[in-house]
Amino acid sequence: MSLAQHLPALQVVLPLISAPLAVLLRRGGLAFVIVTSAAWTAFAIAITLWLQVDTGGTISYHIGNWEPPWGIEYRIDRLNSFVLVLVSGMAAVVLPYSRASIEREIPRESHYLFYAMLGLCFTGLLGITITGDAFNLFVFLEISSLSTYVLIALGRDRRALTASYQYLIMGSIGATFIVIAIGFLYLMTGTLNLADMANNLSAIKSTRPVLVALAFFTVGVSLKAALFPLHQWLPNAYTYAPSAVTALLAATATKVSLYALIRFYFTIFGDSLVFDKLPLPEIMLLLSLFAMFVANFVAIFQTNLKRLFAYSSVGQIGYITLGLSFDSVHGLAASIMHLFNHGIAKGGIFLLVGGIVATLTTRQGIPPAPTFERLAGLAKQMPITCFGIVIGGLSLIGVPGTAGFISKWYLILAAMEKGQWWLVGAILLSSLLAIAYVWRFVEVAYFRAQPVDQVSRGEASLSLLIPAWLLITATIWFGFDTSFTVGSALDAAHQLMRSAR
Amino acid sequence: MSNDLVLRVIGRLLIPFILLFALYVQFHGDFGPGGGFQAGVIIAAGLIFFALTHGVNTVRKVVPDWLVETMVASGVLIYAGVGLAGLLFGGNYLDYFVLDHNPVHGQHRGIFWVEVGVATTVSGVMLKIYYMFASRSGLED
Amino acid sequence: MVGHFFYIITVFLMIAGLFIIIARGNLIKKLVGLSIFQTSVYMLYIVPGKLVGGTAPILSSQYTLYSNPLPHVLILTAIVVGVATLALGLALAVRIREAYGSIEEDEILARDHAVRATEAAKEEYA
Repeated sequence: MSLAQHLPALQVVLPLISAPLAVLLRRGGLAFVIVTSAAWTAFAIAITLWLQVDTGGTISYHIGNWEPPWGIEYRIDRLNSFVLVLVSGMAAVVLPYSRASIEREIPRESHYLFYAMLGLCFTGLLGITITGDAFNLFVFLEISSLSTYVLIALGRDRRALTASYQYLIMGSIGATFIVIAIGFLYLMTGTLNLADMANNLSAIKSTRPVLVALAFFTVGVSLKAALFPLHQWLPNAYTYAPSAVTALLAATATKVSLYALIRFYFTIFGDSLVFDKLPLPEIMLLLSLFAMFVANFVAIFQTNLKRLFAYSSVGQIGYITLGLSFDSVHGLAASIMHLFNHGIAKGGIFLLVGGIVATLTTRQGIPPAPTFERLAGLAKQMPITCFGIVIGGLSLIGVPGTAGFISKWYLILAAMEKGQWWLVGAILLSSLLAIAYVWRFVEVAYFRAQPVDQVSRGEASLSLLIPAWLLITATIWFGFDTSFTVGSALDAAHQLMRSAR
Repeated sequence: MSNDLVLRVIGRLLIPFILLFALYVQFHGDFGPGGGFQAGVIIAAGLIFFALTHGVNTVRKVVPDWLVETMVASGVLIYAGVGLAGLLFGGNYLDYFVLDHNPVHGQHRGIFWVEVGVATTVSGVMLKIYYMFASRSGLED
Repeated sequence: MVGHFFYIITVFLMIAGLFIIIARGNLIKKLVGLSIFQTSVYMLYIVPGKLVGGTAPILSSQYTLYSNPLPHVLILTAIVVGVATLALGLALAVRIREAYGSIEEDEILARDHAVRATEAAKEEYA
């Protein structure tokens, strides 16, 4: 037995172990080293797993050597190997960043708790992605959610507490809905293993309990994924959480929930149930369009930069669900691609905004909100940061040469396949709204004069800039070299559609 | 309440029995209902009972905050460690069969240590929650 | 009707819990509602797992009828999650009370708005 066979377990276990170790050591510095090395190891494992799946096909790992469907199975196919790379990669970038970022945002004595919670958070996210067991998915979902609530509450503004509380209530309702759905599925099929469940379901597909399970699951995951109109918790949570946490959440948490949605729709329910028997594609199309237009429109009028990009996240989630609603290989591939492309772009943007907040903060002071008044003429002082945000913004708009263009291109391709030309127009029109809110930042930062009484500030420190620019560079890289993103997404979409039929 | 003599004396008398019962529940988990989760809660309940009758600070002297946090963390580590032991002995993660030559004994050994981990973490978490709320008495009205 | 008795209780608890979460503005009451809501899920799992006359599945020659242990184990996990959520929610409520001096949702919102208004006024003045 070589170590390579156990990578699926180690993928989750190493970050899991890092969290209690961080608590045991009780020293911010040591905790940082432990959790960061766990994150980097997890990233390496995720890439190895992706390569293994690419060459050898689906991997199945039996926890405790119990054969599925009795034991818990970790099952890695094209789709989740891709999502694993995103989640662990983001954790690996955000953790080195967080050290300098939380210096002024979180009291020193709770640094080790911050790292422990961050470790638990991405353990949970990796677990949701890798597991092939329905109840295990719920447990990991709660691990990541509970640690997320704590992380948000660590923000210095007191509104962070109410944001965290609001998210706790909404998130718990969502998670409970998901358990109810899993309960119904378990009652109907007698198994918790996802693959086995899909097998047993095929005979009883349109019975009422299965439809009820589908409904509960859709609403529960939509709450977690902040699908319009269930996104109310998201803007506050993103705005008041510590910067590093915002970046990690924006890039991974909602994406992993959407992954769970895709997994259940295509692997378990099968698209004949989801898309043919129920009017779900129409509902999803409608909600996606609302998200794309309403959330992007609301984003234009925000005065706080973090909140602006939080609303933009809600809008971007609309594109992802729009791709799902097409029920075609290209549409699904566009969704999966956009999970990744939007994740890295938004992660990079929030890391850079965190850099702005860090330079605004005085020693021992409460970090001020990055409102537009404070950002006037910022480009002269922080040119590298502002340029990075603009590039990230271009990716949100979908300008050619950035990663965002690739996923939007496939989205438009899927719409044209269906012959729905008006949707092509809608996608382009909603991108105009994105231009409007990115332009607001450009206008303030580049063209407005700096207030006279403002103390001059320097560029953010390198430890903040390098991780952020890694992600910004990645958005440009994946805008040109699409073999990884498009290849994985298309493979995953083909595999899912085959299993769904 | 902490000044009530009857409660204080009975409380003091009962503590050893509560803890003993917790150990019984812990080790009897193999043959009947019980196990680490229940035992951990009973241990914590015994200590919390003591804290109610004698004040939080008395218990804090016996079980200080750092110890509680260590308990929470080490329990998880014991659990994860049993899983990794399965790897070392050539099985899958959390594979108990390989922990002993006789697979049944291996199961027994694996579950025993997992239960120890669970009991440690659960009692730690329960105490942590209690301390967290009990120490916030500074509110007015 | 009798056979569905427990399901009716489950649904009642579910709706009651959700109603409390939505209708009450008090942060603690909301958590109570959340707990009731989660309890209904425990019922949803446990009830079908229990057989009348069935015993715990510890093999013995005296018994032939056993209940399904899996739902019970799952719900044990769910209860732990519920306890953790409740504890965290209460801790947040305590800290909100310390920061705002209230645990009523409308008062908290009003205080946030008041702060925002004074901030805006200050900036205008400056």
